[in-house]
Formats: sequence, structure tokens, C-alpha cells
Amino acid sequence: MVRTIYLIAAIAMLLLPAIVLAQSDTAIVQTPAAIAAPDPPAPPTNVVVADNPNDNGHSLRVQWTPSADDSTGRAIVMGYRIYRATSPDAPDSLWVERGSVARGTHAYVDRGSRDPASAAFIPKATDLYYRVDAVSADAAGRSAVAVGQAHDNWFNTKRVIVLIFVIIFVLLTIAFINAAKSGRTLYVRPLAGIDAVDEAIGRATEMGRPILYVLGLGTASDIATIASFSVLGRVAKKVAEYQTPILVPCYDPIVLTVAEETVKTGYSDAGRPDDFKPDSVYFVTQSQFAYVAAVNGTMLRERPATNVYLGKFYAESLLLAETGAVAGSIQIAGTDEIAQLPFFVVACDYTLIGEELYAASVYLNREPILMGTLKAQDWAKGVVILTILIGLAIRAASSKEFMAILFQVES
Amino acid sequence: MKRQLPLLVVFLAGVFMVIQYFVPAEFSEKAYEFLIDWTIIIGIFALALGIWSLIRVSYHKIKTKQEGYFYSYVALAGLFGMILFGFTFMGGLESYMFTHFFDHIMIPIQSTMFSLLAFFIASAAYRAFRARSVLSSVLLIAAFILMARVIPMGPLSDAVTVVSNWILLVPNLAAKRAIWIGVGLGIVATALKVVLGIERSYLGRD
Repeated sequence: MVRTIYLIAAIAMLLLPAIVLAQSDTAIVQTPAAIAAPDPPAPPTNVVVADNPNDNGHSLRVQWTPSADDSTGRAIVMGYRIYRATSPDAPDSLWVERGSVARGTHAYVDRGSRDPASAAFIPKATDLYYRVDAVSADAAGRSAVAVGQAHDNWFNTKRVIVLIFVIIFVLLTIAFINAAKSGRTLYVRPLAGIDAVDEAIGRATEMGRPILYVLGLGTASDIATIASFSVLGRVAKKVAEYQTPILVPCYDPIVLTVAEETVKTGYSDAGRPDDFKPDSVYFVTQSQFAYVAAVNGTMLRERPATNVYLGKFYAESLLLAETGAVAGSIQIAGTDEIAQLPFFVVACDYTLIGEELYAASVYLNREPILMGTLKAQDWAKGVVILTILIGLAIRAASSKEFMAILFQVES
Repeated sequence: MKRQLPLLVVFLAGVFMVIQYFVPAEFSEKAYEFLIDWTIIIGIFALALGIWSLIRVSYHKIKTKQEGYFYSYVALAGLFGMILFGFTFMGGLESYMFTHFFDHIMIPIQSTMFSLLAFFIASAAYRAFRARSVLSSVLLIAAFILMARVIPMGPLSDAVTVVSNWILLVPNLAAKRAIWIGVGLGIVATALKVVLGIERSYLGRD
């Protein structure tokens, strides 16, 4: 009995692999017949290729109506692929994929290079052919081919508002300059930081210590640096009159040359051109923290009575201002870098916030023409505030939920 | 003429830049890039003036034995050393000395300077957060709430997050935007003054 059982088991063990193999063979043979041919999604329709507006003439905008199987119908579309060729009859191998977008999208901007040697080059005024494929998991529905050309654009229509505002501002400036020239008195509110400049120079003279003037890390093309040059000229004239030394360490070589000329001019205007010392305006380095180390070293060795920081400042602002505070100097700062303003406010005695830096030269010179530009700035700010208020009122009147949205706070 | 010619150059360049901003065409783009390349070229020539200034000032400090004149030796040695090691016959920019001086001296020193910022922020915050007036007390409370946002506060976390988000997105952002608008107008006004020749302090003496 036992022998019979062993015999059956042995036969079963021998037959089992054969049965499994037979079944798997059957499955392989059956696979092609069992799987249906992939059914592509409906293709996108109404493909239109047009010049992309407001560009240099090397990009095209492709638009289409999404596939009927995008989010409706069978909803099998996963995205769209955009292909380009130089001929509508080009074989598949010459259709180059230019990009892909997610489902639900109906436009794509083919941004090309203007360099003919680049693979992404898009020539101007040349017919280019596009097709859009709606792609599902296993198939693609091809659209009809559309043609378009890229062209140069002569005006950026997105900047119309900027142009209008610049024109208004220029007209305001001209009007106020004329008013100032005609002898009308223009009132401008006093700035404590600027009023403190003369006082700080006087203090330095009394103490017999130099004034340190830092133009920041900006280049000569930064408006903040240009504004700072104006104040430097005024400070240089004052220090020349009081015969107080001035130190101007520079970060940028071009700034160095301009600063040198500005300080020389200040000394000349004060009638003391021979008192100007070439070593008082000097180049340090173009490495941010090496510059900080050098200026901090100067503060601690020379112990200037006053430190003036006007221009572009970045992470070094607090390193400079704190060292100056430790050295016991009066500190006047001003920058248009919003992120650095809190550091200057905390560590300095006076801070010119944003636009006050640009207004500083006007306050110091009090020339009618410059006063006119300052007044125009104030009026332009009024125009901006009025525009914002009118916009808010229109939105509030046109939307019931607007007031709720206005006071909504995202958590 | 000496003064009028630079003013004319500034006027033409300024007007071109304004027009270029509104014209996206290829020729306008290329002209802009051409002018920007010129600023780079001028910057390179100006660097020579900067190096000369550094050498002159350092030499003068050494000669007159001013306080800390020893550092001028270090500055000059670093300047000439790096120039020397950067030459091809000394191995160029990939040479052992050049890369080691840069990687093991320059970068650690810069990192050290930057890391000092943490301590300076602490000392500056100490001064700023002293509640001496109503405004500084408001500042102190706002700062405390914002700092509390990144600390686990248990059941108070949600409330702190809502209040701190409100502080950041409403009064803080409004103030920032006001400053941005002022800065933008100030930039246009100053640029206009420079282009029209009203502001000419950057030209130096006649």
C-alpha cells in the first residue's frame, strides 16, 4: 500500500513540471490573440500655429482644441506631445518632438534659439509645420498638420501700462521743473537722516577723526550707487571745508574711478583741491566678505567718527553696521534693498528707507530743478495710491465675495 | 565740449535703453547685448585701475608704517602670489598652489566672515527688541510671534501660524510694497535726471 502511494507520488512529481510547462506554453500562444490592438484617443482638433507675440521672432505659439477623450469621453488622454517638421509630408523620422504638456492644456509656446548653429533654432519668416499628438497609456492620436511663421515684433504690448505711466511721470517731472524754475516754492518734508549728515561731519571735525563713506556692493550702473555719488559729492565738499579726512573704500573698480572724481570735485568746489589725498578713495576687492573684513578692519583701526552707508547692500549690511556700532561711530545708512533695511534700522542711528536714498541728493543741493523731480515723485506716488484705491473700489462693487477675499488670511 | 560729449553719450545711451525696453525685436536685443558687452570690457580695464589703487595704498601704508601695516604685506603677497600661481607656466588655474590657496584659505575665511552674521543678528536683535517705546514693543511682540511659528507650540500652533501669516502677508507685505513702489519711482526719477543731464555729479570736475 505504501509502495503504491510512493509510486503515485513519484509519477505526479515527474508529471508536474510537464503540466506547468504545457500551461505556460498555452498562455504564451494565447497572448497575442487575447490582447486587443491599442485604441488611440481622439486627436486634438483646430490646431493653429501663430507667431508668438512680444518676442524676438524666434518662437511660435501652437494652440489646439483638446481631444474629445481628454477629460470627457473615455478620459484616457495623459497629455499632448508637440512635433515640428519643415515639410507637411515629412516622414515620421523627421518630425522632432518640441515639447509635451499635461492633459487639459490647449497651448504650447515653442521657444527657439536665434543661433542658427543651435538645434533649437527657429528661423524667421519660414514655414514650419506642427502637429499635436494626444497621448494615452499605449497609443497616440495624431492631429492634422498646421503651418505658421515666426516674425519680429516691434512693440511689447505687455508693457503698454508701463509706457503710459512713464509718460505721465515724465510730464509731471517737466511740469514741476518748470514750476520750480519760475520761482514757486516747493515744500518737501525734512529727512532726519539727511539733516544728520552735516551734524555728523561737524562731530567728526571736533573729534579729529575721519568719516568713512561706503558705497556698497553696487556697480556704477546701479541707480542706488549713482544716488550715493551725489551725496558723496556733497559730503566731500563739506569735509574739505572742515578739513576732516574722508575714507572711501570701494568694491567695484568703475565705482572707484567715479568716486575718486566725485571726491576731487568736492574738494575743488570747496576751494581746496590740493587737500585731496588720492589714497583716501581706494579699491579693496571684489570679494564680498573680504571687502567686509577690510572695511571692518578700517573701522576698528581708524575709529571713524561717522560711517555713511549709502548704495546697494546685501548680506554684509549687518556685519558692517554692527562693527560700526561697536566702534562707537554715528551711522547713517540708506539702501533700496528691502531685505537689508531692517538691519540698518536696528544698527544705525539714521536710515534712509528706499526712495529717501534717491531724494537725498535733492535735499542736500536744494536746486530748483532737482526739487521739481522730487515733487513729481510724490505726485506719482499719489497717482499710484489713487489707482490702487479706484481698483479696489471697482472690485468691491463688482464682486460680493471680494470683501471676504480681501480680509482672508491663508493658514 | 569736455562736459557736453559725456552728457550726449549718456543721453543717447539712456534714450536707447528706454526704447529697447519696449522693442523686443532681434536687432534691439542684439544692440542691448552689444552695449552690455561693452560694460564688461570697460569693467576689465577698470580692474587694472583697481589693482593699481590697491598696490599704491598698500605700499603707502608700509612706507609710512601706519597702524596694521603688516596686513598690507599679506594683501600684496596674496595678490601677487595668486597672480603668479595663476600663470600657465606655474600650472595655471588648476595648479596645486592656486586651488589650495583658494579652497583652503580663501573659502574658509569667507565662510567665517559670513557665519559671524549669526552672532551679529543676535546682538542687533537684542538692541532692537528692547521695549522702550510703544513702537518697539509692537516690534518685539511681532518678532516673538514670528519666532514662535517655527517652534512646536502644541495646541497653540494653529493660532500662532494664522497670526504670524497675517503679520507677514498683510502689514508686512503692504509696507514692503509701499517701499517697492517708492523705490521704483525713485529709480525712474533718478534715471530721468541722469539721462536729461540734470544729475551730473558722476561726471566729476569740469
